[in-house]
Amino acid sequence: MLKILKYSFYDLMRSRWSYVYFLFYLLLGFVLLFLNNDLSKAVITLMNIIIILVPLIATIFGVMYFYNSREFTELLLAQPLKRSSIFMGQYLGVAGSLTLSLCLGLGLPFLLYGLFKSGAILNFSMLILIGALLTFIFTGLAFNIALSNENRIKGFGYAVLLWLFMAVIYDGLFLLTLIAFEEYPLDTFSLAATVFNPIDLSRILILLKLDISALLGYTGAVFKNFLGTGLGFLISAAALLLWTVLPVWSLSFKAKKKDF
Amino acid sequence: MSQENRHYVFYILLLLLLGITPVRAGTIQVCPDCDVKSIQHGINIAQERDTLIIKEGVYAEFNILINKPLTLLGQNYPVVDGNEKGEVFRIVSDGVRIEGLFIINVGVSYTSDHAAIRVVRSKDFQIVNNRFENLFFGIFLEKSSHGVVDSNQILGIARDEYNSGNGIHLWYSNNILVKDNNIEGVRDGIYLEFADTIRIRGNQSRKNLRYGLHFMFSNDNIYSDNLFENNGAGVAVMFSKKIRMTGNRFRKNWGPAAYGMLLKEINDAEITGNLFEENTVGINIEGSNRITYRGNNFVSNGWAIRVLGACYSNAFSRNNFLHNSFDLSYNSNVNDNSFEGNYWSSYSGYDLDKNGVGDVPHRPVKLFSYIVNRTPETLILLRSLFMDLIDFSERVSPVFTPDNLVDSQPQMRLIQ
Repeated sequence: MLKILKYSFYDLMRSRWSYVYFLFYLLLGFVLLFLNNDLSKAVITLMNIIIILVPLIATIFGVMYFYNSREFTELLLAQPLKRSSIFMGQYLGVAGSLTLSLCLGLGLPFLLYGLFKSGAILNFSMLILIGALLTFIFTGLAFNIALSNENRIKGFGYAVLLWLFMAVIYDGLFLLTLIAFEEYPLDTFSLAATVFNPIDLSRILILLKLDISALLGYTGAVFKNFLGTGLGFLISAAALLLWTVLPVWSLSFKAKKKDF
Repeated sequence: MSQENRHYVFYILLLLLLGITPVRAGTIQVCPDCDVKSIQHGINIAQERDTLIIKEGVYAEFNILINKPLTLLGQNYPVVDGNEKGEVFRIVSDGVRIEGLFIINVGVSYTSDHAAIRVVRSKDFQIVNNRFENLFFGIFLEKSSHGVVDSNQILGIARDEYNSGNGIHLWYSNNILVKDNNIEGVRDGIYLEFADTIRIRGNQSRKNLRYGLHFMFSNDNIYSDNLFENNGAGVAVMFSKKIRMTGNRFRKNWGPAAYGMLLKEINDAEITGNLFEENTVGINIEGSNRITYRGNNFVSNGWAIRVLGACYSNAFSRNNFLHNSFDLSYNSNVNDNSFEGNYWSSYSGYDLDKNGVGDVPHRPVKLFSYIVNRTPETLILLRSLFMDLIDFSERVSPVFTPDNLVDSQPQMRLIQ
């Protein structure tokens, strides 16, 4: 597995897309910091960008890589290798290289602008952590989609749809439900509903940092317990980790059964 | 120097001497080892305008009555221990000064408002540099006027509203200066009821159960340069007229019913140069008219300003709204207030003619704030892409938000 991971990783590191991705974040970081010199404000802006953009890129890139390396995968499958290690290796290679681009791309400008000397270090590490988790989650989901669909066009379609659903449509449906059932107590529901969407979960983690004063304005006791204490942070973080494990597990399960 | 001038000097010197002589008349030393062992005894034997010098020590006394003009001067903060039996000092005479005492253990009562120092129907009092701990009410001014409450430290341990008192309580009092006091852990830091022409300056009011400063039916007051932090609500101004609020700081008043400032039925007030930072609601406005808001900073609040009905002819100008979750929230789509020339960090327009004023009007009310007003649970969708999209479409063509609620001169730069 490690060998395949290494191969995928180096392959990707040499590829143009990794550089484009890396340069994009580098540019974003520098432009943001150039426009306003305040590190903590730049972190806030980045958070908004990251929870939307990272899933999109991870999904598209995951699907693309899987389809492109299909022939190589088939070659590997002919060798006496464990199936799970082949797919896991590829998955970790893709997710790892994407995460590396993210870390370096954003890390460099912030380091140059004196990250360690500012109070934003904690927020920034959380931002990177959330970015990494989202990369792993959405690459995993993308691999699942690609594995289930032989047809590339279909696969891409589903992948984009998945992103659109998680990033926009889910919240729309969520809002409609909340308004339709506004007569009922909805605290528990609204908290539960966020758990089923990794993008919402990341958003909550960020809200807990940024908008805590607004969130405490709501009177519900469940909300207050969840948001006002460390509990909310712990539960969201745990759920996010669960989201990382689930696609991987389903991937290895599917890979075992798949007939190539 | 002419003859005439010399006469003047002589008369002035004479007057000064006459003026000083009675004051110097008596100082009475009070200490545990002196002839005079209790403060009450000292007061009883003192002549008018005497000074009682109270030396370091513990004086277990309560219901001390000061019924003549005296100066009580504590050295090294002598402890006056009320043993939780009742009120400690009661001043019923004009011209009393109390300085440098450390008053503790005021009795809690459910039938009368025991205070560490109560001033009743008196004038020209000065309460300076005292410390209060474990108290019910701190300084209670009742139908008194022309006094000074300066540099006192009040430290309570209030837990419930029903059995705690206020730090400085003014009732039917006027022309009083309350300055540089430090109040913590009581019900209301400073409370005014039917108290007019009061000046409140440079106080720090923190961690109080209810309000840092509370006005009821009190007109023509000025409060400036105070700090209100971590209170149930910073300042509540209710049913009062012509209040000036300048240069105060309202910070970290967090919670479901916590406000930096709560305005209810306030008319003709002036709110300038204040800082509202990290409050759940910066200013909550209800039924208040003709108020000028100018040069205030609203930074990182949940809601910078929340307007709840029946507010007319208020003018907001040259304020900074920085990084609030919601800059402004309205619960109706009618607007009679003006928002001109403010700086909004959420403004997304441009300034092509470079005159420092944005070319596109800014709409500070988000559709989302309406939705949250209606269904509070939707707050969890704050900052989601979907919300940004519908906010954007509402901004382009307003349906739910007041059509005329725009800042037509949004500033491009932070207003200093």
